[in-house]
Amino acid sequence: MGNALHDTKPLIIAAKESNAWQITALNDAAAKLGLEIGLPLANARAVCPDIDVCDADPVADAELLNAIADWCDRFTPLVALDPPHGLFLDITGCAHLFGGEATLMKQLCATLHRQGFIVSAAIAGTSICARTLSRYAHGRIVAAGDESKAVMPLPLYALGADDAIIRGLRRAGLRTIGDVAGRGRHEITARFGTAFTALLEQALGQGDNPISPRKPLPDYIVEKRFPEPVATDAVIASTLNALARMLIAAMEKQGKGARHLEASFFRTDGVVRVIAAQTGQAVNRSEVIDRLFRERLDAIADPLDPGFGFDMIRLSASHTEIVVQQQSDLDTNIHANDELLALVDRIAARIGMRRVLIYLPVDSHLPERAVMALPAQHHLAAAMQAAWPAREDDTPLRPLRMFEQPEQIKVDHAEVPDKPPKSFTWRRMEHVVLRAEGPERIAMEWWRAQEQQPTRDYFRVEDKQGQRFWIYRDGLYGEIRDKENELIEPKWFVHGVFA
Amino acid sequence: MTDVRTNTLARLRGGIERIEAHADTARLDRVALGHAEADATLQGGLVRGTLHEVFALETRQVGAATGFVAGIAQRLTAGRPLLWIRQDFVAREAGALAMSGLAELGLDPRRIVLVQAADAEMALRVGADALACDALGAVVLDLWGEVRQFDLVASRKYTLAAQTSGVSCVMLRTSALPAISTAETRWVVQAARSPPSAPWEAWGAPILDTQLIRNRHGQTGRWIMEWKCDECLFRETAHSQPVAAAPADRPHQAPALLELRGTRRGQRSA
Repeated sequence: MGNALHDTKPLIIAAKESNAWQITALNDAAAKLGLEIGLPLANARAVCPDIDVCDADPVADAELLNAIADWCDRFTPLVALDPPHGLFLDITGCAHLFGGEATLMKQLCATLHRQGFIVSAAIAGTSICARTLSRYAHGRIVAAGDESKAVMPLPLYALGADDAIIRGLRRAGLRTIGDVAGRGRHEITARFGTAFTALLEQALGQGDNPISPRKPLPDYIVEKRFPEPVATDAVIASTLNALARMLIAAMEKQGKGARHLEASFFRTDGVVRVIAAQTGQAVNRSEVIDRLFRERLDAIADPLDPGFGFDMIRLSASHTEIVVQQQSDLDTNIHANDELLALVDRIAARIGMRRVLIYLPVDSHLPERAVMALPAQHHLAAAMQAAWPAREDDTPLRPLRMFEQPEQIKVDHAEVPDKPPKSFTWRRMEHVVLRAEGPERIAMEWWRAQEQQPTRDYFRVEDKQGQRFWIYRDGLYGEIRDKENELIEPKWFVHGVFA
Repeated sequence: MTDVRTNTLARLRGGIERIEAHADTARLDRVALGHAEADATLQGGLVRGTLHEVFALETRQVGAATGFVAGIAQRLTAGRPLLWIRQDFVAREAGALAMSGLAELGLDPRRIVLVQAADAEMALRVGADALACDALGAVVLDLWGEVRQFDLVASRKYTLAAQTSGVSCVMLRTSALPAISTAETRWVVQAARSPPSAPWEAWGAPILDTQLIRNRHGQTGRWIMEWKCDECLFRETAHSQPVAAAPADRPHQAPALLELRGTRRGQRSA
C-alpha cells in the first residue's frame, strides 16, 4: 500500500541506511524516471535535480498501518500486521456477511482507495499464498486447492523472501516460483535453509502458517451497523443498551459472564475508538454492563468524538467464565459481597482500577512495607480472608497516618547515643517533647538495597499539646559520614502521627 | 364536615407524619459512643444512616481527628465494610492512612476499601455513589481545606442518600472551618495530653479533646474522651482534666462563621 499521489511530480522518501541516504519509497512519477528502491539519494538527485525528497518516518508508518488494521476490524476480528506495509485478514466464516468474498474485497479496497491508499489485495487458502498473489496483481481470488497453479507462473520476488536468497536463485537460472518448486526440495533446503522451503510450501498452499492477530479473539461479539452514521448521545446510549442485552443473551445460553468488556466505535472516516471496562466478578446482567459503560463514557478525559458519525458500534466480551447462579436473597452475606464488588467495579470504571485499593499484610518489619495495596477489583476476596497480625498492646505502637515521604525535622538537642530529642521543629512550629518512648531500632533490609542504608531509631513522642508523633533518627551517632568521610550528625525525620 | 373533606384532612395529616418521621428522635437508629455524658447529650449516641462532620481546624490536629473518625466509623459500621475515600492532597499534606495503625485501634483492615480520589470533586462523586450502596456500613470522606462543591445542596443530597440506604457518612475535614450544612452532628477535634503517670506505665492511648458544635436533636458540649482499643468504645479518661465548660443553653443551629473564628482563637489560648 502507498499513498496515491495523483499529481505527476516525482517524489521519493529517503532514509539513512549504513551511513548513506537511500531511497526507501517512491511514487509512480519517480519510478518512470528510472529510480528504484535502494538507490542512493545522490544518484536520484543526479537524475532529477529538483526532485522532492521526504525523510522516512518508520514510526508514523507503523502507526498508520495500525490505524488501517483498526479500521479493518470491522470485517473480521482476526487482523494481523505484516510489516512494513501489509495486512493479513482471516475472513474464514465472515465473507458471507458482506455478500461473498469478491464483494468483501471490492468493498474493502474501494473504501481504502477513497481514503487515498493504493491497495493490492488477494484472497487465497493460505496467508502467504494470498500475499504472493497480491504482490504481483490486484484482485485475484483463488479457490482452495488451486494455490500452486496460481502462484507457479509468478516471479520470485513476489514470495517476499530475503534479497540474498532471491539473488542466489536468479543466479541459478530460476526465474519463477514454478521453476523453484520444480527442483527437489532437499536441494533448495540445503542451499537456502528450511525457512525458505517453508515459505515456498505455504505459497504453494501445501502448508499453512497461522497468522498472529493483533488482539486476542474475544469470546463473544455483538455489533450494530447503521445505514446512516449516528452521532447523538441518545442513539449511542440506546445502541449500547441493546447490544448489552444481545451480548447477555448470547452468553446466557452457555451460562457465562464476562470480566472484560470492550466497546468499539467505528467512525465513518476510519478512526476507531475502543473503550474497555473491567469487572471484579463475571457480569451476567445487561443493566450492569450498561451502567459500567455509562460511568466509563462519563469519566473519560477526552470525550467520544463522533466526528461525522459512527457507522458501526461493537461490543465484545473476553475473559468469560461460568457464572454459578445464586439465589441471592436467601444468603444475605453473599448478596452484600456482590453489592460491594459491584460498587467497586463502578468506582473503578469511573476513576481507574488503581485508585480503588484494599490492603494485605506483608511480613516485613519496615513500616513502609508492612502493608501492600492492591486493586480491590481483583483482590477483594483475598483481602477479606487475609490474616493480620494480632494486636498486642492497648496503646498503639504504629501511627494512624504515615507520610509517604518522611519529613525532616530540626532537632536542637538530643542526648547521645540513643535518647529522644527535647524539642523539635516541624513545619516551622516548635514542639516541646514531654514524653517519649524508644528507641525502637529498625534496621533496613540489606538484601533489597544496593548500598547500605542507615539503621533507624524510632521514638514515640508526645508534645505539650498532646499531639503524638512517630519520629526517627536516620542512623546512629558516629555512623553517618558525608562524602568527604567526615562524621556528621544524623538527621531526624517525622514519619507519622498518632491519634 | 363532608366525607371528602375529612378524607383530605386525614391524608394531609398522614403526609405530614411521614415527612416528620425522621424528626421523631425515638425511632432513629442510634449507636452509643461509650462516653456517658456525650451519649446523654446525644440522646443515646450517634445516629446511623446520616451525615456527621469532624473538623481538624489545623493540619497538626489531623492525627486526633482521624482517630476520632476511625472510632466513630468503627461504632457506626458494626462489622460491615467501610469505604474510606481520600483526596490525594490530604495524603501528601497530612499523611496517608496507615492500615497497621487502624488495626491497632481495633478496626478490621479486611473490611476497609480505600479510594484515592485525585481531587475533592472526584471524592464527592464517588461518595455520592457509595452512599447508595446498602452493603456498606459507612463511608468516610477525607478532604482537605475548604471544599466549594460541598455546599448546602450537596450536603442535603448526601443526607437524603444516607437516610435512604442507611449507610452512615462521616466527613473528615482537615484544615477547614466549619460551615453550614445539613449534618446531624458536627465535631471539632484536637489532641489532649496523656494523663500523668509513672514513666514505665503505658501511655499514648488516643485521648481526644472533642467539641460537639452542632447537634440537630439536642445540646452541644465538650468532652475529653479516651478511645479504648480493646473494647472499641470511647470512655472518660481516668484522670479528668479541666475543660472549659460549654454553655448548656446553646442553640442547636449552626453557629455563624464569625463566632467560630472566635472559638478557634479561644481554643488555641486554652
